[in-house]
Amino acid sequence: MTEEFYRIWVYLSTEPLLGLTVTLVAYQAGMWVYSKGKLNPLLNPVLIAVVILVGLLMLTGTDYQTYFDGAKFVHFMLGPATVALAVPLYSQFQKVKSTFPVILASILFGSATAALSAIGIAWVMGASEQTLLSLAPKSVTAPIAMGIAEAVGGVPSLTAVLVILTGIIGAVIGPGVLNLFRIKDWRARGVAGGTASHGIGTARALQVSEVAGAFASLAMGLNGLATAILLPILLGWLF
Amino acid sequence: MAIVKVNCIMTLGFITVLLVYQLVGEIISTGLGLPLPGPVVGMGLLFLSLIIKGGLPEGLKNTAKGLLSHLSLLFVPAGVGVMMHLHLLANEWQAITVALIGSTVLTILVTAGVMIGLTRLTGDSPSAEEIKND
Repeated sequence: MTEEFYRIWVYLSTEPLLGLTVTLVAYQAGMWVYSKGKLNPLLNPVLIAVVILVGLLMLTGTDYQTYFDGAKFVHFMLGPATVALAVPLYSQFQKVKSTFPVILASILFGSATAALSAIGIAWVMGASEQTLLSLAPKSVTAPIAMGIAEAVGGVPSLTAVLVILTGIIGAVIGPGVLNLFRIKDWRARGVAGGTASHGIGTARALQVSEVAGAFASLAMGLNGLATAILLPILLGWLF
Repeated sequence: MAIVKVNCIMTLGFITVLLVYQLVGEIISTGLGLPLPGPVVGMGLLFLSLIIKGGLPEGLKNTAKGLLSHLSLLFVPAGVGVMMHLHLLANEWQAITVALIGSTVLTILVTAGVMIGLTRLTGDSPSAEEIKND
């Protein structure tokens, strides 16, 4: 019986089917926990899925490459999905045309602040160059941030995790920070949330105000574009 | 299972459109040696195309919606790759934690501050529904 089980495992562990299936199962487990927890940003489904999968791979002694041979089918869709972000960006752009120049200026400042302050703080605290470069795009939505990390010499997978953590931090403390400074304009609150903490901040904004959600969604897309263009230039000066 | 229902049809034609934009983006990015990821160039091009065209085809809207409804699933495989860099997290977690929290607070304040300042400057004051009631 055990021998039979072992034979099946040896066969499956080298097949792409297993990596693909566990990815979907782990993600749905994450989504289940997230919805049971009333969409609490601390129960981020991606973070839960990543923890489950890393644990599983370590327990079974499977290396990342073997897992990725299956999971790459999901990973491949990141490219077209990133292109598809132009669609919500365009829809939101139509709604806020008159305020657009002001939003763009705010996001440019926000984008530079996000990258420079993260690099500055981590550098003062003695982080390695690899970590600094992976931290730089952390406020950008994950698919774009990973591409940026790769382009500037960071570690895309580390960036993916830092991006999610940033989103959680922004969603949890963002509203409190904005209240503390008496910022009541939903437009500014949304733009700040979407710029600082991308999709997770946007989801949080949507829960409380439709106006904030629309502005956050626009800010998320624009900040992705802005950081992709701005960051290589800023890093060129720094490093 | 908590799965977001996708009440829309993804069409092969528009999936092809997205792939073509990505491909063109990759060609421009590598061809010109830009530090921009190819899919981001593709996204920028599609955004510009929609502005020039002045409208959003229903099929493209539905295809994008379908693809983006589980966007966060798509970066799970890459995220798992962090297992190869756990030593970085283990050695530098203090710097990373302070940087993430500090930078997030600063980014929120600078972005909202600039936005509030500029809307006042341009006289674009918020309407009643754009103000948070306490």
